[in-house]
Amino acid sequence: MKKRFLSLMCASVMAVGLLAGCGGSSDSSSDESAATEESATASSEEEASADIKADADTSDGELITVGFAQVGHESDWRTASTKSAQDVFSEENGYELSFVDCDNDSAAQLEAVRSFIEQDLDYIIIDPIVSTGWDTVLTECEEAGIPVIVIDRTIDDSDKYVAWVGSNFKTEGLAAGEWLKAYAEEKGISEINAVVISGTTGASAQIGRSEGFQEIADREGWNILDEQTGDFTEDGGQEVMENYCKSYEGQFNVVVCQNDNEAFGAMTAMDNAGVSYGPNGDVVLISFDACTAGLEDVAAEKITADFECNPLAGPFVDEVIKTIESGGTPETEVYMVEHWFALSDAIVDFEIDGEAQEMTEVTDDVIEAQY
Amino acid sequence: MNKNNTSIWTRIRSSALFLPFVCLVLVMAVNIIYDTMNGSNPLTFFIITLRDTTGNGTILYGRIIDILNRGSEAALLALGMTLVVSSSAGTDISVGSVMSVCASFCCMLLAGYGVSSTNDFNVPLVVGILAALILGCVCGAFNGFLVAFLKIQPMVATLILYSAARAVGLLMCNDLIVYIRNDAYGFLGGFCGILPTPIIITAICIVILTLVLKKTALGMYIQSVGINDKASRIAGLNSKMIIWATYVLCGLFAAIAGVVASSRITSADSNNIGLYMELDAILAVALGGNSLGGGKFNLAGSVIGAYTIQAITTTLYNLGVSSAQAPVFKAIIVIIIVAIQAPPVKAFMRKRAAQKQTVREGARA
Repeated sequence: MKKRFLSLMCASVMAVGLLAGCGGSSDSSSDESAATEESATASSEEEASADIKADADTSDGELITVGFAQVGHESDWRTASTKSAQDVFSEENGYELSFVDCDNDSAAQLEAVRSFIEQDLDYIIIDPIVSTGWDTVLTECEEAGIPVIVIDRTIDDSDKYVAWVGSNFKTEGLAAGEWLKAYAEEKGISEINAVVISGTTGASAQIGRSEGFQEIADREGWNILDEQTGDFTEDGGQEVMENYCKSYEGQFNVVVCQNDNEAFGAMTAMDNAGVSYGPNGDVVLISFDACTAGLEDVAAEKITADFECNPLAGPFVDEVIKTIESGGTPETEVYMVEHWFALSDAIVDFEIDGEAQEMTEVTDDVIEAQY
Repeated sequence: MNKNNTSIWTRIRSSALFLPFVCLVLVMAVNIIYDTMNGSNPLTFFIITLRDTTGNGTILYGRIIDILNRGSEAALLALGMTLVVSSSAGTDISVGSVMSVCASFCCMLLAGYGVSSTNDFNVPLVVGILAALILGCVCGAFNGFLVAFLKIQPMVATLILYSAARAVGLLMCNDLIVYIRNDAYGFLGGFCGILPTPIIITAICIVILTLVLKKTALGMYIQSVGINDKASRIAGLNSKMIIWATYVLCGLFAAIAGVVASSRITSADSNNIGLYMELDAILAVALGGNSLGGGKFNLAGSVIGAYTIQAITTTLYNLGVSSAQAPVFKAIIVIIIVAIQAPPVKAFMRKRAAQKQTVREGARA
């Protein structure tokens, strides 16, 4: 009897937890989400922001309403992307943001966009979870006269958006390749045998980075021993690297991880296989994303070079909206500025398609400033 | 002498573990063929050596160790899943999410809420781990309550936590990956002496559970409830409590698996820890020759099933099958294994064996 009571208690505790969970995630799709977000992020400055809101209301009449259908919150990168949008589209900057976290559910994302149309917002920002199936809903946006700005990932089956803002993943791959070529020349590495731990198969970041790196590898006649997916996760990177260490024992001298998390996993696996890596090791470790933790590992002489994928799309989208507001036509493809990081010893001059690249040396300040 | 041999062989062959074990061996045997064809030592896949590491001393190193190590989570989940399947004739599809929520809870306690990276513990490590295990039991108790007392179908009942637990985990971690960069936390997913700790943890769990099931009547109770719930109740068993208990155990094992998975990467990646693991756990139970219809169960079979799944993965890596195509090969292998163990196929094989026997006897006559 006692135990039965206990189980009931447990059940009710869980139920309360669930309700809280549901509440948390569902209210982000409601109209008040923007207000909730604001109050959550800036509760201390509530008064101040209220004042500014009054100012904005009187000075330029109305706030620009923006809806943002975000993919989810699966990584540090994504969180930084969300935060960037929330920072830029604040009331202080003359915006009102409706933010919807779609939790990697493409149906939910379509719903979110439709609800933005119903609310008759001024602009809609979409980070598309999938690249297809957008034509119908984008046509609806067009008919409603709402400009759509696509960020980060791409839409393949429709061109009914005014601009796309994001990273050029292929350039990132090319940068990694060109850097490796220059680095190998400087260090006197004559033969390159690389293993690649790629991202989630079919993700645009995976396709672009693989394509770019492969292009240089083909040109230079490098030997790519294997390419397996680590699904952009640390565990995935660890497992794939464990197997590389056994399949290609002593055969590889370059490891390319398509994001930092995979690199963390690959490092653990190489530690456990007694393989030395980094600027002073036997293996050159290349990573992408360059999040704070990644740069810390560059500073710790573990990752040889890290190629950034800038998540801070907010300011660039802001630029596009300002252009439209002032009656201009924005460029259809806006590429964000990205940095290539390494320690001074691994900084070499290289070019992409004849364009000289500048590398950023990793210092404490740089790490501090990174997302 | 000869007769005695035959009887041992027959006994082995008729053992419930025979087919699952043969399947595991067959999967690994593929590597012998591959390595021979490649001109390397045929036994490359099976060789275990001692290896000096950076930071972990000397460890055992080899593919077999990898299979045992990487298969740990699936094996742990399979233990709980076997009991749940047996007692309630249904599956607990929430185990993957429960792994995630427990790992998140543990890391949240250790790091403190809202902290995304830490080197020091906020609370003692043991407290964090125990709390995670308790949360696992609570999740299991919740599932068990719905199934045993409210008579909700297991899949529907566990669907709730399947979708909600991961989200709760994300809330606990403030939507971030929480990194615990501390060697002590990495121990559970790292090495204990020369062996990977997950292998030891799994072995301990298997031994304890087996002892409990064998030395007490619990194992028999679970089977009898699974075979006939009403009859067991009339015979004096508290069927509801027994079903409930299996779900609590399942939650506990999910929590252990979650903590191990999180310790491997010394972080709580709530989006990815235990993702799709419930499917592996269910598959492990099926590959182990257990009926998903409940009743009699074979714990060792499920464990072998779990390692078979990992052996397939590791084999595909060894063969260098690209990860894009790997699922297809995996599916084919799984279909073959399941088909071999399907009752009609088994019956057919028995019939053929009997025919052969008659023919042989006829010839002798």
